[in-house]
Amino acid sequence: MTKRRGLGFGAMLLLAGGCCLLACAAAHGQDAAPAAEQAAEVGQLYDHPVVESLLFYSLAAATVVAALGVCIARDIVRMAIWLFVTLSTVAMLYFLLAAPFLGAIQLIVYAGGTLVLLVFGVMLTSRSPWIRFEVRPSELLAAGAACLVLLVGLVAALLRAEWPEAAAGESPRVATLGAELLTTYLVPFEAISVLLLVVMIAAAYLVRQEPKE
Amino acid sequence: MSAFGLYASGGCCLLAQIGLSHYLVLAAILFCTGAFVMMTKRNAIGLLLGVELVLNACGINLVALARYHPGSGADGQITALFVIALAAAEAAVAVALATNFYKNLRTIDVDRGDTLRG
Repeated sequence: MTKRRGLGFGAMLLLAGGCCLLACAAAHGQDAAPAAEQAAEVGQLYDHPVVESLLFYSLAAATVVAALGVCIARDIVRMAIWLFVTLSTVAMLYFLLAAPFLGAIQLIVYAGGTLVLLVFGVMLTSRSPWIRFEVRPSELLAAGAACLVLLVGLVAALLRAEWPEAAAGESPRVATLGAELLTTYLVPFEAISVLLLVVMIAAAYLVRQEPKE
Repeated sequence: MSAFGLYASGGCCLLAQIGLSHYLVLAAILFCTGAFVMMTKRNAIGLLLGVELVLNACGINLVALARYHPGSGADGQITALFVIALAAAEAAVAVALATNFYKNLRTIDVDRGDTLRG
């Protein structure tokens, strides 16, 4: 058991290292745009169809395996670790989609913040007489069938739809994102700040200790 | 004929150009696993993990559509950014609710929260 856990943590560390490497490469390619030659070097490696498809297929396989791990794992902490792997590979997919800022935000906010919050929730609620609860096989079967039907329908619709034949376009730089956020999207941006404040107060209110009467 | 169609028709498998449909299919798979987790887990925090999976599928869709749709500018990425922020807010409130649920019922099993049942 301990050995398996050690392996899992090793894999997680390896993954984080890979994320950092990819982030460096992507940020380099993005921000060195004025220095055209450097950008071209990194960009060429990225844009090469074989490299891109290899990266995509390996990342997609890792994402699907980790998502299935979330499904199959019984222990809630193990589910959280599988979810961490999923979030990290999705961040790498963002890097592959030429959205390095979003990838970094995904790693920081999701993998670093949200998931830690969820694990804290697990710790706060894990002492209970009914901590292991099993789902009936019939329920599992019904849920699996429903999801399978949904998946087949979605994929069939996706493959039948006519998508524009456009190749990958120019992706916005981080500076553009910041400028858009403070001009076009100013109102939603402010609304989100207010929402985060409200959420902070609400969460603190909800979990406060009841005063003893 | 999309790149995926080429792939399906038995052209050069691995070397097919990655296109929009690849990302959309991946997001569909992620969405369905998230839905499955939401349906089968009885731990309230387990349900939340499923919601996170679904939101990630949504993020992949947004970013991929922004990438393969020329002229959309920064819209897709900024929307994905908002999704991430909202997911963080949702997780905070939901963990607070789960803690409260646990304090009141001494369990985290969502099937036991049937106090309101008639």
